[in-house]
This record gives sequence, structure tokens and C-alpha cells, in this order.
Amino acid sequence: MSDLRDLYQQTILDHTRKPRNKHEMLDATSSADGHNPLCGDKIKLFLKINNGVIEDISFTGSGCAISTASASMMTEALKGKTLTEAQPLFERFHAMLTSPMDHEPDIESLDKLAVFSGVREFPVRVKCATLPWHTLQAAIKNEHRPVSTE
Amino acid sequence: MTTTAEKPAGRKSVKPEAFDIVAIRSDFPLLQTQSHGKPLAYLDNAATSQKPQAVIAATARYYTNYNANIHRGVYKLSADATAAYEGAREKIAQFINAPSAKEIVFVRGATEAVNLVAATWGMDNIHSGDEIILSEMEHHSNIVPWQLLAQRTGAILKVIPITDTGELSLEHYQSLLSDRTRLVALTHVSNALGTINPVERIVAAAHARGIPSLIDGAQSIPHLAIDVQKIGCDFFVFSGHKLCAPTGIGALWAKHDLLEKMPPYQGGGDMISTVSFAGSTWNEVPHKFEAGTPHIAGAIGLGVAIDYLTGIGMDTIARYEHELLTYATEKMEKISGLRIIGTAPEKAAVISFVMDNIHPHDIGTIVDGEGVAIRTGHHCCQPLMDRYNIPATARASLAFYNTREDIDRLAAAIEKVKEVFA
Repeated sequence: MSDLRDLYQQTILDHTRKPRNKHEMLDATSSADGHNPLCGDKIKLFLKINNGVIEDISFTGSGCAISTASASMMTEALKGKTLTEAQPLFERFHAMLTSPMDHEPDIESLDKLAVFSGVREFPVRVKCATLPWHTLQAAIKNEHRPVSTE
Repeated sequence: MTTTAEKPAGRKSVKPEAFDIVAIRSDFPLLQTQSHGKPLAYLDNAATSQKPQAVIAATARYYTNYNANIHRGVYKLSADATAAYEGAREKIAQFINAPSAKEIVFVRGATEAVNLVAATWGMDNIHSGDEIILSEMEHHSNIVPWQLLAQRTGAILKVIPITDTGELSLEHYQSLLSDRTRLVALTHVSNALGTINPVERIVAAAHARGIPSLIDGAQSIPHLAIDVQKIGCDFFVFSGHKLCAPTGIGALWAKHDLLEKMPPYQGGGDMISTVSFAGSTWNEVPHKFEAGTPHIAGAIGLGVAIDYLTGIGMDTIARYEHELLTYATEKMEKISGLRIIGTAPEKAAVISFVMDNIHPHDIGTIVDGEGVAIRTGHHCCQPLMDRYNIPATARASLAFYNTREDIDRLAAAIEKVKEVFA
């Protein structure tokens, strides 16, 4: 099978064990709930946006190793970024996860997020990695209804 | 009545005292395959069972040799197809000890059967303020149809709670029975916990107050000999695909007088006696509930699956699976950091479990890499997961073609999970 080490890289396991920015945010300007019905992953994402800049970002919830690490690393990648920078990052992340196996994905511009490239070998787990990002989209739109990966 | 095409194809040579697991496994083509380069250990039987060659061949035989629509043609092919289809109905009736094959309605599966009862009997008999009793361990298929009915009628759902071990609280059940209770709808065996519910006692308590009952047999019929008259229920539903039969076929059994009084479910061909624009009259039971061309091949396959299982013997299957469950439970209990969810004394061969600090979804992916197929998630039982305050479980569900080796491989794969997350 596809190598499990590609999926469960040490960086990912580290973020699973010690998620960064995992807490509620009382002064959030926006938040959204995300849910993956397939595996029961639930996430709540908090944003503090000021003049189009993500000043602070955090999450709470429970999920598998991939979704937890993805949420943790997403918050690290986005803190201090502008909303206009966040959108193409999501698009490149998504493109990496869904690119065909015979096609080398563009991982350079993704920096640390490139550790998730192994997820594309496990198609049923792609939704785990993208759940935090889909929830981010909802939070940016300030939609307070839960998003679903289904 | 059966055609020469579909006479019983069970393993007549298998005696209870000589359960030949090697011969049985050789009947299942998919069990000979590999997954990720390793022999397949298929442990997701509560989701669907594998199919023996006899069933696969029977459906192919229908399409190859006597494919025709049923109940209409005067020609031989149609007569053969009708005989095989109706023969399957007879086999189901015998398999669950129904008084008559006329009480067997073919449906897509247990889900459609519950929806059928809710939409027909339910709409006629359940009104605003009436109560329907369910349990906390129901599959969504035995919750949502009743919620839809409750929304339409103003009825109220009452829920029997379960204990920490995964047993129904029977005292609480007694207290839920009221003058407004119109139905008790309960699963026979929990798909997520394995608990075998004392359905005879529960049905008897309802009947003592004149309350009818529906038993969801989707998870019991593959593992236990079923006798609907002994259970005493009014409706019994099951799916074929968990019973070695094709997907898309299942059955509703209901008492004849209930079926007679129930309005049709869907309108169309075959369910009518006469049709005019002034009005139509209905075909006799059970055809009144079978509008349109049914899943003929599926029904024939279900009949052959029943022959196959009867050839082994349901009591033999139950005994073998119980031994396997005992072995698996002891093996799993020895794994540190693993907790079994659902520890009722009376269990079918289902082991749901969670592990410290490891999400079930990750367990599923890693054991899959070892060729071991288990289910992870909420198992269509979100209220049950809430009851245990867990998002999901990993679940190994066994069948009579599983072996101790399958269990050993699961245990070894779980050790691999622990290594990854060590």
C-alpha cells in the first residue's frame, strides 16, 4: 500500500500530539463550525480579523490525527496573513491534495504545509485535511451555519 | 415452488459437528483476494457480508438463462422467473418461521421496510400526541423514519436509555409504556455494540397493553435463528446484503391482518387489481406493496443465500461466531490503551473499541494497510455515540467465515497503530 510514513509524518504527529492555537477566542470577530460526518471530526474555528489581516486564529474540537494537525498547521500558516493571501494558499493546498498521483504537485509555495502531500495517496483522508480549510472559508464569509465535508 | 433453476444450493455436506471453515471460506471468491498485497481479513460484516459463489452464480443464471419480467408473461421464461421470485418469498417465510409467504413483502432493505411501515401503517394509526418508543442504540434507519412521521402527525418519540455496558434499561422501558404508546420500534441486535436485546420480553410487555411492535432484524438475522412467531412482534424487517445476498433486496414481514388493513406504499404496476381514471383497486397482499418491477435477481439471490446458510445451519453459525467473539474479546482486552464499547453479556460478534489518544479514523487507515478491513465512524448511530461521549469507534464485526487468524491479524495491526502513534 501507499507508505503510512507518507501520511503520518513526524511533523504531523507532533501537531496531533501538541496542537498549536487550540483554544477558544473570546474576542473573535468571526467563527464557524465544521463537521466531517464520515468520521465524526468536529472543529470550531475562530478568527480575529482587522483591516483584512488575520490578527489571530484558533480552533477547538476533536478529530483524527490528520484533521487536528491540519487545523494546527493552518493556524500557524495564516496568523498575520491577509485574507487575500489566505485564499490562494487554500487553493494551492487543495490542489496538492487532489492532484493525480502521476503528477508532481507544486509544494514549494506551501512551505511547511507540504508535509500533507502524502495525504493524496489516501483519497478517503483528503477530507480530513481540508476540513479546517473549508471551515476557514465559512468563517471568512462569517457564515454561522455548520459546514460539512459531505 | 421453485424452478429447476434455483433449487437449494446450500452446503448439504456440512454437519454441525463438522464445521469446515476451510471449505466455507473457499465458497467466497472475495475472501481469496488480497488487499494492499496482504490476504484480506474482512471484519466489516455488520456493514455488509461477502457473497458466496452460489449467490453470485444464481443472479448470473437469472440474467443468463431466464431473464424476464414476473407476474405478467404467459411465456415460459416469465413463468420461470416468477416461480424463482415467488420461491424466494417462500424460503424467507420458512427461514423466519412466518405463518405464510403472503406476509413477506420484498423491499430494498431494512431501511425501506421501516419507511414503508411508517408511511402506511404509521400514517393510519399514529396521530398527534401519540407516542412511539425507540431506544438509544437504534440505527438512524430506525430513528429518522419515525421522526419524519412525528413531524407529519405531531407524534412524540420516547427513547429507552441504555446502561454503560450497552444494555437496555428495562425498568425505564416499563415506565415509558403509556396509554398514548402506539408502537415500540426496536433493534434486535445493535450494529454498533453487538448487544442482543431481549425482544421477546419487550414485545410481550407491549402486547400486554395492546401495543404493536416492530423489530429491526438487520443485525440479528445474519447471526441468529429467527422465529418471528416466537418473538411475537407485529413487524420484522431485514436486509439481504448483510445475509450473503445481493444489495438492494430485503424483506418486511408483517402479520397478515395488518398488511390487509395497511394502505399501499407506492403506486404503480403490479400493485393494482384494476385501474381506471375513476379510481383503482389494489392487488392482494403482499403484491399491494410491491409497485413496479422489483429486484428479481436480488430476490432470487436472497433465496439462494438462505439455502446456503440453512445448509450450514443458523444454530451452528451462532455457536461458531460466539466462540470467535469470546476469543476476539479476550485478545482485544489484553491490548493496553484499548477500551471495548459495548460489553453486554448477550452479544453478537461485534467488537466496537476506542484507543487512548488515537482517533478511530487513524486506526482504520493503519489496519487497512495490513489488509484488515474494519469500520470506523459513528456507525449511523450518532445518538449512541453521544451517549458514550465519543465521536466515533473502530468496529470489528465478525461472520461465520472469519477465523482466529483474522482476529490475530487485527490484534497485530492494532499494535502497528500504537507504533505509529508511540
